[in-house]
Amino acid sequence: MKTQLIKNNELINNDWVLIVPEISTENVKKQAGKVVQFKTTGEEIPSHADLEKIILPEGSKALVPLKLYLLKKTELENKYNEIGLWIYSHEEINLFNQLDKDINDFPVVAVMIEKFADGRIFSLGNLIRRKLKYKNDMRALGDILKDQLFFLKRSGFNSFLIKEGRDPIDALKGLNDFTYSYQGILDEPPLWKRR
Amino acid sequence: MYKYDHIDSQIVNERVNQYQDQLNRFLKKDLTEEEFRPLRLQNGLYIQRHAPMLRVAIPYGLLSSNQLRTLADIADQFDRGYGHFSTRQNIQFNWPKLEDTPHILRKLAESEMHAIQTSGNCIRNITTDPYAGVTPDEIIDTRYVAEIIRQWSTFHPEFARLPRKFKISISGSKQDRALIKTHDIGLELVQDNTQIFVNIYVGGGLGRTPIIGQLIKEKLPIEDLLTYCESIIRVYNLYGRRDNIYKARIKILVKSLGVEEFTRQVEDDWKDGDNSPNKIDLKEINRIKKFFTAPDYKILTLINFKDNYKNESYFLKWIDRNTRPHKIQGYRSVTISLKGKKQQAPGDILSQQMRDVADLADKYSFGEIRSTHEQNLVLADVEESHLFDIYSQLIESNLAEANIGLITDMICCPGGDFCSLANAKSIPIAKSIEQLFDDYDYLYELGSMTLNISGCMNACGHHHVGNIGILGVDKDGSEWYQVTLGGQQGVDASLGKVIGPSFSAEEIPNVINLVLKTYIEMRLDEELFIECFNRIGIEPFKERVYQH
Repeated sequence: MKTQLIKNNELINNDWVLIVPEISTENVKKQAGKVVQFKTTGEEIPSHADLEKIILPEGSKALVPLKLYLLKKTELENKYNEIGLWIYSHEEINLFNQLDKDINDFPVVAVMIEKFADGRIFSLGNLIRRKLKYKNDMRALGDILKDQLFFLKRSGFNSFLIKEGRDPIDALKGLNDFTYSYQGILDEPPLWKRR
Repeated sequence: MYKYDHIDSQIVNERVNQYQDQLNRFLKKDLTEEEFRPLRLQNGLYIQRHAPMLRVAIPYGLLSSNQLRTLADIADQFDRGYGHFSTRQNIQFNWPKLEDTPHILRKLAESEMHAIQTSGNCIRNITTDPYAGVTPDEIIDTRYVAEIIRQWSTFHPEFARLPRKFKISISGSKQDRALIKTHDIGLELVQDNTQIFVNIYVGGGLGRTPIIGQLIKEKLPIEDLLTYCESIIRVYNLYGRRDNIYKARIKILVKSLGVEEFTRQVEDDWKDGDNSPNKIDLKEINRIKKFFTAPDYKILTLINFKDNYKNESYFLKWIDRNTRPHKIQGYRSVTISLKGKKQQAPGDILSQQMRDVADLADKYSFGEIRSTHEQNLVLADVEESHLFDIYSQLIESNLAEANIGLITDMICCPGGDFCSLANAKSIPIAKSIEQLFDDYDYLYELGSMTLNISGCMNACGHHHVGNIGILGVDKDGSEWYQVTLGGQQGVDASLGKVIGPSFSAEEIPNVINLVLKTYIEMRLDEELFIECFNRIGIEPFKERVYQH
């Protein structure tokens, strides 16, 4: 089985088609990335045009950008049996409020990072579990390596799509880098409660 | 001081294993340079001009004598027989080999030390008052709070990859010796009846854009300290800039959102501590507090040094400059100067000197040493009757320079001799200024004043808050130095003002000389340099320095 997907501490077959828009120009992307982080005006990434251009691939389960889902809900629901949603690390969790159904109706919710050093994913994971009370499979996508897994796991993620070309069996070990953690997070109490 | 149990030991040991694996993957090219970079940095490892530099954490500046001996052994075994104390109370080794770093970390772990989060974009080593627990003006001992924060911030999963480095400092005294207003988060502990509260300052910092931090939360109960900090750092983690490293610190976010809007977002996330399970309970506070109980002090009478040591004028000067009052009668705290002509560079210490200081700590100060952000060392609990012995032994070790708080007690970053970020050298500048003060009487006449040197705008030498600040700048590929006057740390923290166009390295000693002459001529009575500057302003200095 050739797979890069780790779920609940084991490698599993990845039967999800991942839909990633192509971003039109580097220039716009950089500019927008900057402004979106500051919550002011500016180009959105991906742009409306980027989303419109997407040709939907064949498959039964699709992991789609939340913005694409908001734009083409009916088309997506007609085409796929199951739909999961993902957001970029520069997007805000408020975007989920635009859904007309409960976030827990989706079997997978994911966050995508372009860069290994992008730590927003950890806070987003925390907020999706804590504020949106999401209970199902939460997945990390993008530049995901062994070295983030322990932190991602504690930030509420339970599945991880390891970057292509990196050994997922070795990455699996990263989930257990540490036996103990000092601080509590989400439902896990701090170590001092057990000391 | 805090002692590891099996859990703490396991955490640092597992960290060494993790790092060893990361280094192996890097050497096998399974990790790219870009990927390995944040990993090695969070273990204190920089790639420098000549060799890697390893920065070892000294949590809130507290060391045992055995830990200092371990550092001495590391200096001998893996480096060139010395170490350098940094302005974050840590110690740096400038010449280790990359392949040796796991061995060094392993050795540190055996002595309950590590290099975790001493660098990189994460919560850095917590700093505090080096006289915590012993200073007469103390309201609350900060050490146990610092240890609680150390544990909480160690591998905090949510804050493992922040937009930029993040520094927290705590003060619990009337005088702020921890520079809380120039930190990303500055914590001020206060007391009301028996309850302990925290005032939280955010967005201070030096570097390229020096800003004094602003008070965003007053009288927060201590139990909520961690949960509130989590909300602050969460807002920063999500919205701090990641596209431009010069605009990535929290101070820029606070400035661009405005402090009211920033605070609103923090409060909105925090909602009375519902955001996190890390509300501290009294049981934990007391558990950690027990590690920092006062040693067995004796009942002592005060010594009259002036009468008893009439013929030891240099010793009396050393008492005056290098020791300070203790909360217990008959004790004083000794500050050992790592500055002066006998030092290679400000903050440097030879392995043998480390061992000598460790021996002194064992003999006279309950086996503990503290490091200060001014890059000196402290023996905090010394009986007055032992001071002459200590002084005599420090002379043998070449560590008896009586200059604490004087202009030669300079803060200085490693600069262009070592650091690859620097625009200019800083150690030779420090050395050239030192040469001005062959005459100790002149030095003492100048009185308390600070001179801080940074080799670039990252401001590791805290030049903005020096009464005299010197900043290395690059102009058309050559090294120049900008001088600022009037900076100050502490409760009345202020940033220095630029005196004018920058100078060459050769001009600096004369410039400093003219600044000091102006001060001597203009001062009233016992006026300190900073007081004189605040009264007369920058103009008289400027005129004098640029007159020819």
